[in-house]
Amino acid sequence: MLLIRCPWCGDRPEVEFRHAGEAHIARPADPAMLTDAEWAGFLYERANPRGDYRERWRHIHGCGRFFNAQRHTLTDRFAGTYRPGEEPPA
Amino acid sequence: MRLATGGRIDRSRPLRFSFDGRAYTGFAGDTLASALLANGVQLIGRSFKYHRPRGILSAGAEEPNALVELDRGPGRREPNTRATMVPLTEGLVARSQNRWPSLGFDLGALAGLGAPLLPAGFYYKTFLGPGRDAWYRRWEPLIRRMAGLGRAPEAPDPDRYGNRHAHCETLVIGAGRAGIAAALAAAEAGDRVILCDEQAEPGGRLLLLPGPVPGLEALRAQPRLRILTRTTAFHYGLQNYVSLAEVLDRPDGLRERLWRVRARRVVLATGALERLLPFSGNDRPGVMLADAARAYVARWAVLPGRRAVLLAAHDSGYDAAFALQDAGAGVVAILDLRAAPPAALREAAAARGIAVRPAHGIAATRGGARVTGVLAAPLRPDGSPDAARAEALACDLVLMAGGWTPNLALFSQARGRLRWDAAADAFLPGETAEALECAGACATGRGPGLPLAAIAAGSLGARKAFVDPQNDVTTRDIALAVREGFRSIEHVKRYTTTGMATDQGKIGGMLGLAITAAARGQAIPEVGFTTFRPPYTPVSFGTLAGRHRAALFDPVRTAPTHAWAEAQGAVFEPVGQWQRARYFPRAGEDMAAAVARECLAVRNAAGLLDASTLGKVEVVGPDAAEFLERCYVNAFHGMRPGRCRYGLLLREDGFLYDDGVIARLAEDRFHLTTTTGGAARVLHLLEDYLQTEFPELRVWLTSNTEHWGVAALQGPAARAMLAPLVRGIDLAALPHMAVAEAEVAGIPAWLFRVSFTGEAGYEVNVPADRLAALWERLIAAGATPYGTEAMHVLRAEKGFIIIGQETDGTVTPEDAGLGWAIGKAKRDFIGKRSLARPEMLRPDRRQVVGLAPRDARVPEEGAQLLAGADRREAQGHVTSAYHSAALGRPIALGLLSAGRARLGETVFATRLDGVPQPLEVVSPVFWDPEGKRLHG
Ligand SMILES: [Zn+2]
Repeated sequence: MLLIRCPWCGDRPEVEFRHAGEAHIARPADPAMLTDAEWAGFLYERANPRGDYRERWRHIHGCGRFFNAQRHTLTDRFAGTYRPGEEPPA
Repeated sequence: MRLATGGRIDRSRPLRFSFDGRAYTGFAGDTLASALLANGVQLIGRSFKYHRPRGILSAGAEEPNALVELDRGPGRREPNTRATMVPLTEGLVARSQNRWPSLGFDLGALAGLGAPLLPAGFYYKTFLGPGRDAWYRRWEPLIRRMAGLGRAPEAPDPDRYGNRHAHCETLVIGAGRAGIAAALAAAEAGDRVILCDEQAEPGGRLLLLPGPVPGLEALRAQPRLRILTRTTAFHYGLQNYVSLAEVLDRPDGLRERLWRVRARRVVLATGALERLLPFSGNDRPGVMLADAARAYVARWAVLPGRRAVLLAAHDSGYDAAFALQDAGAGVVAILDLRAAPPAALREAAAARGIAVRPAHGIAATRGGARVTGVLAAPLRPDGSPDAARAEALACDLVLMAGGWTPNLALFSQARGRLRWDAAADAFLPGETAEALECAGACATGRGPGLPLAAIAAGSLGARKAFVDPQNDVTTRDIALAVREGFRSIEHVKRYTTTGMATDQGKIGGMLGLAITAAARGQAIPEVGFTTFRPPYTPVSFGTLAGRHRAALFDPVRTAPTHAWAEAQGAVFEPVGQWQRARYFPRAGEDMAAAVARECLAVRNAAGLLDASTLGKVEVVGPDAAEFLERCYVNAFHGMRPGRCRYGLLLREDGFLYDDGVIARLAEDRFHLTTTTGGAARVLHLLEDYLQTEFPELRVWLTSNTEHWGVAALQGPAARAMLAPLVRGIDLAALPHMAVAEAEVAGIPAWLFRVSFTGEAGYEVNVPADRLAALWERLIAAGATPYGTEAMHVLRAEKGFIIIGQETDGTVTPEDAGLGWAIGKAKRDFIGKRSLARPEMLRPDRRQVVGLAPRDARVPEEGAQLLAGADRREAQGHVTSAYHSAALGRPIALGLLSAGRARLGETVFATRLDGVPQPLEVVSPVFWDPEGKRLHG
């Protein structure tokens, strides 16, 4: 079980969290302006890298907040977690 | 045989026990294995596949053979217990396994006596080849009766299992020399330390030496150090999250305890495991690991045999032979597989009068249920024993000193990489992402002996040389698998099942790998390594389950009228974690009769349903309307306080996610309901958009599902029953889809005029702890309680969908016939863009329709709808089907390709009981299609 650092609450066990997919995929401001292919890209295409990955978590059984994390998908090691709007770790 | 002196047992405390019904005596400090050996019992069980006699091979957790069933009374029967790991207790009852009719005379073994062994892949070959018929007729019944290990207990386990969470700076796994040193150093540096060991006594191989274990006293003086014995680290999780299984066997019934330890640093001091050697008949009782024999002498003062032969590939075997001789056993010969054993050892043996035969092996063993001799044979140039030149040696004990494998199972679980070290002739720990160190023999090995590659090469021609004694895998099975084209070690493992038994190949696994390499003509590191997986050793289900059993297995949520419904004899059904009343049978009624009566009561008078389980969310803030406008498909800005909407929520992909009633309680306050099962995920989705997409909106979301109790009073008599209880509003003036604050039966309430039945009706929301009081008043006023089954029938009669029943994650609002709910003027909402994708506009999409059976049978939910040429095309399926008491006939809803354009057509629903059933495609609204009754 991972130990995850909620930017508001600190280190907590993974069971308190819910994974919420890849981070930094903003909903288009005006979806109607997108082609079908562009919209499909927003809906379905994800990076899924072998290596560092920026993803969203929600501290659903704690403060309830969504935040971002950078995790290595092979080692599961977190480079860090950060609040929405903040810069990811270098 | 028990020695008169020595050992770490307490001779002042004799213990009685039984094995297969015979009474024996041992001492405190014995294991079941040492006590059996002390009583001369060598035959412990029969092997899995061939029912070959098997004895005690090891003295520890790696034991593959000596598996017994312990019986401590009803519910306490424990199969597959390693006799080497069971501390002897007074009155212990143990039995052998996998034998029939008795351990000494096993009919199953007769099958294997003359016959060749079942080769690797036997099952697959017999399944697929021309022998397939023989499989069903002959082999399967035979194998089903013969194969298998132990019997599962039938009665519930009466014992308790604990669970603890712990944090420490340093967790040390293994309390041998290296572990004790690491723990002491960490404790002296100020760490909180946990030191665990699977054995009953800490010390590891230090226990082979007489006297107190060095360092143990200093450890016990450390205040921040905890020593856990009989505690196995069986799972190594991410970020040093290690699970330990502690065996307690406490008299108060606390049997075992699961520890979840999060450690800043872990030290693995798991030692090395001695390997067996592959020669014909190496599985016969009396053939034992050399170091195990030494342990039985030193720790338990047991002489496992009187005349021993040592087969050595490693120096350490000589220590065992000498220890046995010192204890009074005869050492017939030392057969050393190496051409040039160290001179010092040869001289030491000569001084003891023991003949050492270099470059010798064992061509075969002799004996039945116990070894009586070996054929000692000089080795050919390829390393195999030359049986033609063999000499028979009588003995009752064969020691195998096969060399040592660093015990890196946990290191591998921690995703550590193993690297081949040629000098050590072993895989040693390489890189790991965890804060983890290896210390002692698991880090370095215990020095090389005859190289594994040479041992393997010399064994390829042996008959019945077992590599995995528990799963009955021989060197020949592995060679055969390689000949048949299995290249990857992972495939060889699965095809032969080597290393897949409960011991996971602790003493034979490396050998299997080396034999694979030899058969492929490759070097060991080229073959690779199979990954170790948890658990390290078997863990009981009780330990894993802990207190999470029976009522604590999963939380049960009950509605506010649950106790009342129980007292009425209601039948309940689980809906997610909720227990909801399904129907309220009266005397003599079955389910169909009760549901029919409840439905008719709603249609003809008034029924009462506890609808409290619906999810409820309050949406509050100056931007509440704007937030809902962006999320739900409906329009909210023009909605006046006091009004309700039927709200639809999509996912961004355009498919229906949830539905419910959204009421505007005030300009800045909405109350929305979700489906019973959807409450948590709807709130999660709304929070996601609020926090991450629309953070500029001033809105707060609060779940108040448990706060409100909801009484749904439905039917033509509802208003007459409710009106006398209502204060503060004119009930007659409250229109359909409206809400008002009122006092009902003296309780402050939000009174909704909504309907999920098609009848005029109300949903009265009161504080949950007041619902029971309101409920009794409404029953007294003449309302008939109804359950979820009637609720389902009533809504189906009206064609109202249920999310998850009519929808399956691929249904759009238009498919469901709910396109009218979408705010047409809205520029955007969640999922809107997806509704314009070409796929969503196809005319042949599956749509919700009504299905009227042309006969009197209720169709089967989930049945395929057949149509087209020869009715062979599946064009949809039945989503709901009931008998309608109001209509006096069965009705159904379904999803059907282009369904709404096919009214009047006949389609056919598959039936498990035979011929497809004809159904007419009709409007989904069976009851009151004009909707007059809603406003009655
Ligand atoms: Zn938090």
